[in-house]
Amino acid sequence: MENDQDKVLDEVTSGEYKYGFVTDIETDVIPAGLNEDVVRLISSKKEEPEWLLEFRLKAFRHWQTMKMPQWANLKIPEIHYQDIIFYAAPRQKIAPSSLSDVDPELLRTFDKLGIPLEEQKHLTGVAVDAVMDSISVKTTFRETLAEMGIIFCSFSEAVKEHPTLVQKYLASVVPHTDNFFATLNSAVFSDGSFCYIPKGVRCPMELSTYFRINASNTGQFERTLLIADEESYVSYLEGCTAPMRDENQLHAAVVEIVAERGAEVKYSTVQNWYPGDKEGKGGIFNFVTKRGLCKGDDSKISWTQVETGSAVTWKYPSCILRGDNSIGEFYSVAVTNNHQQADTGTKMIHIGKNTRSTIVSKGISAGFGQNSYRGLVKVLKKAQGARNFSQCDSLLLGDKCGAHTFPYIEVDNPSAIVEHEATTSRIGEDQIFYCNQRGISTEDAIGLIVNGYAREVINKLPMEFAVEAQKLLQISLEGSVG
Amino acid sequence: MDYRPEVITRFSALYAASRDGFRKESPELLNRHREGAYSDFIRLGIPDRKNEAYRYTNLEKYLSHDYQGYYLPVEEDFREAEKFHCEVQDLDVWNMVLLNGFFPHGDKGLIMLPGGIWVGSLRAAVKQFPAMVEKHYNRYVDNETDGLVPLNTALASDGLFIYAPRNTVYTKPIQIVNLLHSEKDIFVQDRNLIVVEEGAQLNLLVCDHALSPQHFLTNTVTEVFVNRNARFEIVRVQNQHNNSAKLTHTFIHQERDSFASSNNITLHGGLVRNATWHLLEGENAETHSFGLFLADKHQHVASFVKIDHAAPHCNSTQLFKGVLDDNASGAFNGRIMVRQIAQGTNAYQSNNNILLSEEARMDTKPQLEIFADDVKCSHGATVGQLDENALFYLRSRGIDAREARLMLMFGFAHDVIQNIPIEALRDRIDTLVMQRLRGELSRCASCAIQCN
Repeated sequence: MENDQDKVLDEVTSGEYKYGFVTDIETDVIPAGLNEDVVRLISSKKEEPEWLLEFRLKAFRHWQTMKMPQWANLKIPEIHYQDIIFYAAPRQKIAPSSLSDVDPELLRTFDKLGIPLEEQKHLTGVAVDAVMDSISVKTTFRETLAEMGIIFCSFSEAVKEHPTLVQKYLASVVPHTDNFFATLNSAVFSDGSFCYIPKGVRCPMELSTYFRINASNTGQFERTLLIADEESYVSYLEGCTAPMRDENQLHAAVVEIVAERGAEVKYSTVQNWYPGDKEGKGGIFNFVTKRGLCKGDDSKISWTQVETGSAVTWKYPSCILRGDNSIGEFYSVAVTNNHQQADTGTKMIHIGKNTRSTIVSKGISAGFGQNSYRGLVKVLKKAQGARNFSQCDSLLLGDKCGAHTFPYIEVDNPSAIVEHEATTSRIGEDQIFYCNQRGISTEDAIGLIVNGYAREVINKLPMEFAVEAQKLLQISLEGSVG
Repeated sequence: MDYRPEVITRFSALYAASRDGFRKESPELLNRHREGAYSDFIRLGIPDRKNEAYRYTNLEKYLSHDYQGYYLPVEEDFREAEKFHCEVQDLDVWNMVLLNGFFPHGDKGLIMLPGGIWVGSLRAAVKQFPAMVEKHYNRYVDNETDGLVPLNTALASDGLFIYAPRNTVYTKPIQIVNLLHSEKDIFVQDRNLIVVEEGAQLNLLVCDHALSPQHFLTNTVTEVFVNRNARFEIVRVQNQHNNSAKLTHTFIHQERDSFASSNNITLHGGLVRNATWHLLEGENAETHSFGLFLADKHQHVASFVKIDHAAPHCNSTQLFKGVLDDNASGAFNGRIMVRQIAQGTNAYQSNNNILLSEEARMDTKPQLEIFADDVKCSHGATVGQLDENALFYLRSRGIDAREARLMLMFGFAHDVIQNIPIEALRDRIDTLVMQRLRGELSRCASCAIQCN
């Protein structure tokens, strides 16, 4: 039975990447390499105001003094920043006012990915900002949202149309000196989504950004800024895919969230960048800085992520709990298969009184995958009554993969209660036996157990995404397993 | 300002001076390792907060102090030490008093205990069992993460040696009382080697006391080799004053079917850092690492544990607890490493801490690094206060608040104490901890010399 199980695991872990196609579209590209001129060129191509250019240059100059961080439990081949194309945009008429202005080839691409850009087809659906390589292609439902005062558009448009808002909040959570990749992003970021929910508004639909890397040799550097004003609510989704290529491509994004008093933001990610082939060749390097600031009292930020793609993932969605009674949550499922590596987790910084945070992290390793949870729970001196609960479980499928847990707990207030627990195990033979006994094949049993294991996190996803996430888990791990 | 270059210069001067000093007296076998160790020390330097193993421990205050001398034993020093008597009642042990890590009359040869276990100084061991010391000395240390370990190899001149030959069993525990006593502020570097051969059993109790109020910096490296089917237990009771810093590095190397257990009870000390490395090299070995500390004032107590599962079917547990009061700070840094070959591993790690005051601080970092799939590994860490419900339960039964708190804290600490294998000592530590929690135990109360 042992062998039988191994065989099933083998089959299971050999699912193919579905989104590996390339769209043949004309692209406007700045030649590879990075220097001040490139930064200026990106800025001028986007017709940016002076202050934004200054911000980019400041970041770029700082970046030149920085070194790539080495502390993560990852083996990353050297990245040659001068060989990367920092700007690639699908060539199209500027600012399509309706769907008919959008290049049909582009539409077909997003159709193929299952991303609805045609509003009328989805009555209650999801508002989507579709980003291809460096620029935003189309944002749906803008008008409907605008009626409620919600601003949802591409970052470049926001810079033009709402410069005061952007200037106020840009880099207020992730400063341009934050870390190597965030600084790089600050210098060269090309586009991304911008969202503002006004006071007291409950956003009626899920907002979503879909990222697609298409051009080769490019890096993708998008920047998302999400502001939830007092007493507002928004649920935000993010999805991503990339073609299959032999070379590694760099994705270094920044996401900033600001939650004012009483606001609630739910940010969900289904990350499905190309993970590389079975020998570990190619794939996306996903080095992302995501951070939310619970600025006002009683605010709440919740991160949910399903990480199935990328050759290397380096990502720590964090919450700074500054307002009293604010809440931070982090739910994560990370899957590493074949030669994928992930070093992911969260930071919960408790500053305000009675702040609470919950961390649930589920790692699944298969093949030669290495999966690390790295998290920090920090309770500052003034954070009276702070409360944290962390749970990090790892599941090992196969004997060549690894699962690692590196929690950091720093407590400077005696009234805080911080708990951390973690387990690592494989699927028990008794569990499989139990299923077999009841007529469930070994293959189905593994699927069942993996899904049950991840359920706690997947349940936190909005319904539309939960279905996709579940399917993804199956493709990444289960192949034919249902 | 980085204080470290100055300290490195000072240690380098000490190393250079040792060429004409104690090195001439030292056995060639120890001298042979010094050159390489010194260059390792220079390469690694003094660990600072950028070193993950020292992330929460700042050595500056104790390392930058200008210690007036490097301690080398003089015969008459020991006369004072021999007056020392352990105050633990009914403790039936074979007892030996060390002074600043040195064995009295070190060159007079090893002592054989009934049952065939040898105890003595490392220098005497080099003469008596050269092949064995050669085989084990400086073999189990980790020279890659912590510069203070090679520093010890470069500078140490002597220390404790225990050898339990094949199938030897000494029924009583061996108690080593290590006294710190000096007229000057001193830097102590002792180097210990313990070899437990196949089927032998050794039960060791090490008590640290500081007798004089001078500043002490102790940097101890202990290597333990536990051969097949052997059993090794060590309990350390650390009770030093707030001017002393104690850094211990213990490397336990285990072969097949062996058993080892380490228990560090820290009652007092300005800065105490106990690093324990367990390497499970043979199948079916079992290892336990325990620690308990009670810290107040500005004390800092750090525990570092690494359990390396390098063979299949081994079991390990870690249980570390801390109670922090006043401005005390504590750190826990524990790691379970399960290598790919180590299938069938069971490993458990737990770290619980109670903060009693506004200013107390605890940082903990329990880690798992797992490369094998047929394993059961788990860890847990908590930082918090006494359970309100439990307090309420006790109070509703007529126990006053103070007593209820004490009971709960005592119960909390007893979890670790109950793992001490020697009953008389267990009771004694229970009493000491109770006194300590009541605030009755200043350092002097527990010190047998009663100098004031």
